[in-house]
Amino acid sequence: MWNYEKRLQFPVNIKEPNAKLAQVIISQYGGPDGEMGASMRYLSQRYSMPYREVAGVLTDIGTEELAHLEMVATIVHQLTRDLSMEEIEKYGFDKYYVDHTIGVWPQAAGGVPFNACEFQVKGDIITDLTEDMAAEQKARSTYDNILRLIKEPDVCEPIKFLRAREIVHFQRFGEALRITQDKLDSRNFYAFNPGFDRCESCECKCDKM
Amino acid sequence: MGNQEQMLHDIGVVDFVLVDLMLYLDTHPYDCKAMEYFNHYSRIKNQMSREFSQKYYPLTKDMAESNKEWRWGMAPLPWEGGCR
Repeated sequence: MWNYEKRLQFPVNIKEPNAKLAQVIISQYGGPDGEMGASMRYLSQRYSMPYREVAGVLTDIGTEELAHLEMVATIVHQLTRDLSMEEIEKYGFDKYYVDHTIGVWPQAAGGVPFNACEFQVKGDIITDLTEDMAAEQKARSTYDNILRLIKEPDVCEPIKFLRAREIVHFQRFGEALRITQDKLDSRNFYAFNPGFDRCESCECKCDKM
Repeated sequence: MGNQEQMLHDIGVVDFVLVDLMLYLDTHPYDCKAMEYFNHYSRIKNQMSREFSQKYYPLTKDMAESNKEWRWGMAPLPWEGGCR
């Protein structure tokens, strides 16, 4: 089960509202490479992982992604909470406003709602870890694109922190993939799916701990 | 039920009391009687979790201090459901 800590992983204190930025950054809340997809991907993939180290990495990174989801939501909230009606209309925020006022709802920058089809749970450790590594790079590229669009330091700093975490997660997933391959037949890593296929010599003998 | 299972079960019972009291206190923030209950069970739960973590495996990262091996990473996962 989970416990909630009443703090952000990295501080967010944005002084000026900015509807244009909010509409771009919301993509990292509910967009195709956003934090909601990231946390749901890793936390859902855990159950079919045959190795405890890998399930542990997925639990801990999936949990950190929930903290990132909260940071992105905080950025969007602080960028929109003091908007005037004039600003809402002038910066094209009216289309979002009509459905959600200034609530935070998971959607991509282009308005597409969050969808579980943005991630996979294949039930195959190599397939899933390879997707996870790609996902971290896609999120890193998105943060790079966001950083090209913004200059405000109070928005840049938390985004830079989130970008750096994508790189650390990519590294850890790479190590998880290597741990996995060390346990498989190096002549053919795909000979069988250790999370599904059973053979005499690898029957579970409850020797996990 | 073994001692480890028994302890985990007891932690679950006490923690559920805390979860339910927390929700109640969120909407009744000045109910002193409920706060007394909360404080009482909170102390018990912290002690039980610390004891379990020292004896078996850490339940949270705050209890995961390790020396020779990373005990947090080696611990059984809650969805494994024991021996099968």
